[in-house]
Amino acid sequence: MVDNDGRNNRDYSLTGRDAHFAEACGLANADWYHCAIPRKELKNLLKRQDGPAIRDTLIWISALAVTGFGGVWFWGSWVCIPFFIAYGVLYGSASDSRWHECSHGTAFKTRWLNNIVYHIACFMILREPTIWRWSHARHHTDTVIVGRDPEIVAHRPPDILGMLLNLFAIKSTFHAFGKLLLHATGRLDPEEMTFVPEMEHSKVYWVARLYLLLFVGVAAGCVALASILPAMLIGLPTLYGAWLAQIFGLTQHAGLGENVLDHRLNSRTVMMNPVFRFLYWNMNYHIEHHMFPMVPYHALPKLHEAIKADCPAPYPSLLAAYREIIPTLLKQRRDPDYFVQRRLPDHVVTNSDTENLHLAPAE
Amino acid sequence: MSITDTPVWILACMVDDIEEEDVIRFDHGDRTFAIYRSIKDEYFATDGMCTHEHVHLADGLLMGYIIECPKHNGRFDCRTGQAKGAPVSVNLRTYPVKVEDGRVMIQVR
Repeated sequence: MVDNDGRNNRDYSLTGRDAHFAEACGLANADWYHCAIPRKELKNLLKRQDGPAIRDTLIWISALAVTGFGGVWFWGSWVCIPFFIAYGVLYGSASDSRWHECSHGTAFKTRWLNNIVYHIACFMILREPTIWRWSHARHHTDTVIVGRDPEIVAHRPPDILGMLLNLFAIKSTFHAFGKLLLHATGRLDPEEMTFVPEMEHSKVYWVARLYLLLFVGVAAGCVALASILPAMLIGLPTLYGAWLAQIFGLTQHAGLGENVLDHRLNSRTVMMNPVFRFLYWNMNYHIEHHMFPMVPYHALPKLHEAIKADCPAPYPSLLAAYREIIPTLLKQRRDPDYFVQRRLPDHVVTNSDTENLHLAPAE
Repeated sequence: MSITDTPVWILACMVDDIEEEDVIRFDHGDRTFAIYRSIKDEYFATDGMCTHEHVHLADGLLMGYIIECPKHNGRFDCRTGQAKGAPVSVNLRTYPVKVEDGRVMIQVR
């Protein structure tokens, strides 16, 4: 579809024109490029352990307890602010990577540990566990394929205002509550029907009701205490602590190629300091994660070493990534066809075979 | 080579082609299989593609008798083909296996 300015508009809905087009062009459920890696080495990388994730989860929960206690202790004075800033990041941002890793079932070796942390983190970041498990499966099947991937954050042209609002999870929370209300009444929207199998629907409805009940409980606590303090601990940190997850999350795919069957062209690996890597559970190694999603987060630095010769150079820092992302997104507002072409080893990508497949003839 | 309606034993690989507690891919005609060797030196065979989506199970990890799809964490019991929970719900088809003179044979139709 061509708009009034002659631009080719993309249809990111999962039931629209580009969804049909992706299927017709073989972009759905397709074969993706994989870097060669000896089977023995890959098997070692895939090996599960409980130790790293138990250690990291204990640190995370302890830090939540200490900062939360500090916030409550100093409530009413300015001193509580740094405690709540730290608590918010641990609650509203670190939960993003915990949700994510446990959805893959790779963080822990023990399956029930993955499931417990998954459900806790899902509530913290307000992502309904069943919906997001299936949505994320689709994201990995059809990464940044227009009309197939339900988790494309930076559309073309990008919604800059929405991205800024989501620094405090405002747009996403508004959207999430709408979905909770819909699901609590026993319904899914048509897009969700495309990736959540029927056998899982009742689970979605009951968890939505449970979430709403928990929020009613928090609200009742606030009324009973005549204070927003309960909500500062449960609920509001999803918003006031979301900023770091949003900053991390945009580096994953924003501004890169769409409709390419090579994660090296649509994902970024960004080098980060150990604190960020702890909070983000190594998701900065995003090319590696997408290419081999069953490699646990604690093995991603080793995987990076194993395949880096066959990948574009990683971004040396978060700042370096944003030096590319911000101008790209601004340019895409005027020119949605613009995207960053990653340089692959030994040759320059002049264009992708499939990147422009969305440029279908006008309807 | 095509596969007929009559069950036939075909050579899939040699025993040493698979490490203990591992899986390899075996293509035959237009079909693809996964051949497993357990830690107890038992051999099993199933269809090669995950029943959830288009992914070769031989790229996944065998843990005991559980084969994990390399893409979405779908898990199957390689002995029975039983799907072990979301995102997989459809069982894998399994095939009889025998080992003769160091050769791993599977029976297919």
